[in-house]
Amino acid sequence: MAAESPPLLSLVEEFVSGLQDSKAKDAATGVRDGRFTVLQLVEALGQSLTSSQPHTRARGVQLLSDVLQENHTALTEREVELLLAFYENRLKDHYVITPPVLRGLQALTKSRLLPPGSAVSMLRSLFQDVHVQSLMLAERACVYNMLINLMDSREDELKGLGADFVFGFVQSMDGERDPRNLLLAFQIAKNIVVRGYNMGKFTEELFEVTSCYFPIDFSPPPNDPHGITKEELIQALRAVLTGSPTFAEFLLPLIIEKLDSDVQSAKLDSLQTLAACVGQYEHKDLAEFLEGLWTSLRREVFQTSSEKIESAALAALTALTSCLSRSILNSDSEDSLSTFLDLLLRDCKHHLFEPDLKLVWPSAKLLQAACSASYRASHIITAAVMPPLVEQYNSKTQCSHRRTLLEVVQRFIQSTAGCQSSDHDENLFSAHKDSLCSVVFSALSESNSSLQITATSVLTSLAQQAGVLSDADIELAVDHLTRLLLTDEDERVSLAVVECAGALAEQHPAAFIAKLIPTLKEEMFSDQREASELHSHHAVRQRCLAALAAVSVRAGVVRESTPVLLDVLSSAHADPSRFSADEAAHACLSLQRIAERAQDDEETGRCFHDVVIPRLLSLALQAALQKTSPGSGSPLVEEAVLSAMVPVISTACSRLHATFAEQTASRAVSLFLDGDVSFLPDNSFPSHIRPLQKQKQQEEEEEDWWRQSQLVCLLMACVCSLPRSVEVPQEERLLSELEELSCSCSHPLSYTSAAKCFAGLLNKKPQGVSLDSLIQRTVKRLGSELDRPSSPMRTQAFTLLIWVAKALLLRYHPLFSTLTDKLFSLLDDADLGPAAADGFSLLMSDSADVLNRGCHADVRIMYRQRFFSENSAKLVQGFNAAPQEKKPNYLKALSNIVNKLPKQVQVSELPALLSLLLEALTCPDEGVQLSTLSCLEPVLINPPQVLIQQLEALVTRLLALICSPAMKIRIASIRCILAVSHFPAHEVLPFRARVLRALAPPLDDRKRLVRREAVQARGEWFLLGSPGGR
Amino acid sequence: MSGGLQLENANPVIFQRSGERLLTSSEEDGDVHDPIDDREIFDLIRSINDPEHPLSLEELNVVEQVRVQVNDTESTVSIEFTPTIPHCSMATLIGLSIKVKLLRSLPDRFKIDVHITPGTHASEEAVNKQLADKERVAAALENSSLLEVVNQCLSSRTI
Repeated sequence: MAAESPPLLSLVEEFVSGLQDSKAKDAATGVRDGRFTVLQLVEALGQSLTSSQPHTRARGVQLLSDVLQENHTALTEREVELLLAFYENRLKDHYVITPPVLRGLQALTKSRLLPPGSAVSMLRSLFQDVHVQSLMLAERACVYNMLINLMDSREDELKGLGADFVFGFVQSMDGERDPRNLLLAFQIAKNIVVRGYNMGKFTEELFEVTSCYFPIDFSPPPNDPHGITKEELIQALRAVLTGSPTFAEFLLPLIIEKLDSDVQSAKLDSLQTLAACVGQYEHKDLAEFLEGLWTSLRREVFQTSSEKIESAALAALTALTSCLSRSILNSDSEDSLSTFLDLLLRDCKHHLFEPDLKLVWPSAKLLQAACSASYRASHIITAAVMPPLVEQYNSKTQCSHRRTLLEVVQRFIQSTAGCQSSDHDENLFSAHKDSLCSVVFSALSESNSSLQITATSVLTSLAQQAGVLSDADIELAVDHLTRLLLTDEDERVSLAVVECAGALAEQHPAAFIAKLIPTLKEEMFSDQREASELHSHHAVRQRCLAALAAVSVRAGVVRESTPVLLDVLSSAHADPSRFSADEAAHACLSLQRIAERAQDDEETGRCFHDVVIPRLLSLALQAALQKTSPGSGSPLVEEAVLSAMVPVISTACSRLHATFAEQTASRAVSLFLDGDVSFLPDNSFPSHIRPLQKQKQQEEEEEDWWRQSQLVCLLMACVCSLPRSVEVPQEERLLSELEELSCSCSHPLSYTSAAKCFAGLLNKKPQGVSLDSLIQRTVKRLGSELDRPSSPMRTQAFTLLIWVAKALLLRYHPLFSTLTDKLFSLLDDADLGPAAADGFSLLMSDSADVLNRGCHADVRIMYRQRFFSENSAKLVQGFNAAPQEKKPNYLKALSNIVNKLPKQVQVSELPALLSLLLEALTCPDEGVQLSTLSCLEPVLINPPQVLIQQLEALVTRLLALICSPAMKIRIASIRCILAVSHFPAHEVLPFRARVLRALAPPLDDRKRLVRREAVQARGEWFLLGSPGGR
Repeated sequence: MSGGLQLENANPVIFQRSGERLLTSSEEDGDVHDPIDDREIFDLIRSINDPEHPLSLEELNVVEQVRVQVNDTESTVSIEFTPTIPHCSMATLIGLSIKVKLLRSLPDRFKIDVHITPGTHASEEAVNKQLADKERVAAALENSSLLEVVNQCLSSRTI
């Protein structure tokens, strides 16, 4: 022991007299490691603690406090008690000693062994001897932290202090200015309010001392290291003010006062605080302020200047109303909800009946906000508003008035959607149902299209309210919708009708099965009309097809509607003059929509598996085998129709359950490899169908072979979209035939589809030797094909190369890099160079029908970034090394890649590429210019610093493109110029005059679209740096 | 209503906005010349904000397409606007905003004439005279508080 004393003594000596702060740490470590005890430390400090020099005493206390900060857990209860007594006494000492004393006390408050009663005595001496606001920032924080620690550990004792504690705290924080300390002080105040401390007569004082910061106006200094935001302060203060109903009598007048402010953020904060506080209040807290609050809220909505404030005011009104609705009524008190709603109705109701004046919508919004608060509120309001609205509708004659009234009605129905609960048997609108239905049906029979559209949305809202519409109403509605579908020419009306039909069919499928579908079928298959009606008949059919897709939400409807759509296809095949290829493609589109909607619905999946897929395959095969004279072929061999069939099959297949999926795979493969047609309906096919193989004996039919070979796209749809767990039978054979087809066929759709199908299978094939050798074999074959410039099949080989590359890129396959090298070398190729540059866009974008996540392809996250980061350097290198005439290929490839990168990556990668992109803007190739502009435009919205440094170069190049002969480039460059105007004002202001001058000629451009962009951009540049502008 | 200024016309009649101009195929064809027509001029001014309300001049029916006349070959534009009430003190300001918008948006070959629809405002003649006087318009735009209000009318609405 004696041996260890000297180092302790010398430590103390060096800290106190030598002023070496680092010794405190050594002392703390010494205590923690048990080299000496706190007692020994105090003994060693004896000299300094009793010194007559206040500064020496302060140093002594500081060392002790520093040690305690680190070691407060190791103290015994007796030690804590003694130290507390010491520190409390020291608070009365010279002011220079106070800071270290406070630090010591703070350390002690963290100790779990604080003896009972000590918290009270500590606080008493603290409040008595220290004037907190004359302390420095850090010491004030120390006091607040002490209070927080004690509130957490000694809540009962502090509550025993009663109102004295609140008073002490109020005095301590009165006048606090630092945001860091305010956050602590607000936390204490919130604890006082929320945890039920007795505030006694100091309630108002506590409110005053906190509410004087309301509304918070704080903008953190730039590069603020503490990271305190205005929002944090607002939330902390709001938690205090809204914490207790006892503040209501002070807070509500304050809110009313602050709502009069002209500062937008003050208004917003007040409204949000109002919405938050009424959650705790009862009606008696609100009663005397209701009128004032309503006046302020009404003003904010009636004379609103910003949508944010309007919606905050509406939210506050909803909160207020729901607070009033919650309150339990006494027999002697008046019903404050109905009083309040009377006030609302008095001020707003009459505005509803002036549908062409401005206040109709603000009034409707206010009433609807109140409606959405509770069932009772909406009951009172709808009872008061609905009958006169209907009456007004019937008395007005102008369509625009009627439409506005109807829209108001619709919003009322919508606003109550949230508060219709199941325990109220009666729906709010049941009482008004008959009059509403008659209004809706009369509006549907009008000739005004916007009235009809509004009526459909009212109908949709009514249908979504459970139990309002009866079966008879639904039938009538279906009749109206059917009539509109068949007769109304307006596109917007039919769109609204189709949407409404879809919503109704979800609730009431029976009426649609019984009425709508048969009627539509009859109409579509009705005989050919006069030539003059041909066009309109085509439009009717399109609407019918769209409606069939929209109503097929339930499995029951799907079973009825899909056969109709398939009948359209088969009659198009049987008699090309009845349905055009366009109509056939639309039928496929409708089937696709149905397949997309039917998620995880087994019934629908079965319907597609059993009926739709086999019939589609069968029809396509029949069309392919048909021997026809040129010009009158079945539309089903046309590329547009086949491409529309592909998504139907692939969407359906991707959602099949495992057993169905396996069955589909094996059926499709055996059909295409072996000509097994047994599962197809209408089985009258010849036995030698081999769509994938060119047959020698059919030399004379060479020209017609494409009809069969292009069916490979349907094979792709079947096998490439199945879940990865499903095994494709005879995969090796299938792959080799696909490879053969894609390398030898000359029909574009056939070889492209074969390449896609090959890639789709490759992407899902399990990792292993067989996959590697397959890839190597294919790459070798493609390489030798591509290396012969005279080969006629180079395009085909290139197509397969790109798709294989994409399949491997998506799954991060290691062999991908050999393919990239090949692609880069092709950029220098005389024939394939431009195609290779375009190929990069294909690599980076999602493909619609294969190799996407919807098809269960193996797509790793961030494959684009990975590709970019691995290859951008190579691209830049290649660009620098390339001969002049090949450079555009590189620039095009680069802009294709950068275009598809996510925004964040674009911004972070831009510095390295900017000079290249700026170079690309001066490249004479218009395609390069356009794609560079389109990849610059999104980056300009949030410009990175490096771009701002290059502003001169950027603006010069953009302004040069304004005079480009190509309209699209003129438009794109002016848009970029517009985006530049939103850069930090001090950076772009120097360019203002120059840009304004350059934008004058395009105001007189020969194209209206260019003029429109120029007007917009020039307007923004005029506002830049001008008063009231930006 | 407490707080805030009382509006001159708190509950004006609202008119429907016309939709966006439909894009025709000839407009997308880079070789065809599209002349500047009435609708195009109307599109320039219909979205100007009213100084009092968060509404556009079109919604308040202050400007209408039938009151816009343009002659592209002779380079003239003539616009009549209708204040919402005959004593509207904002009439000059609205006229100035329209004029400034056109000055900024049309090629300088155009002669721009903005005036009040005859018989719709108490001090019609005085306002017309002010708007027609080039020098007074230029002087007004030197006044930064006036320019501020005009710029606010011409800013795209913040929503």
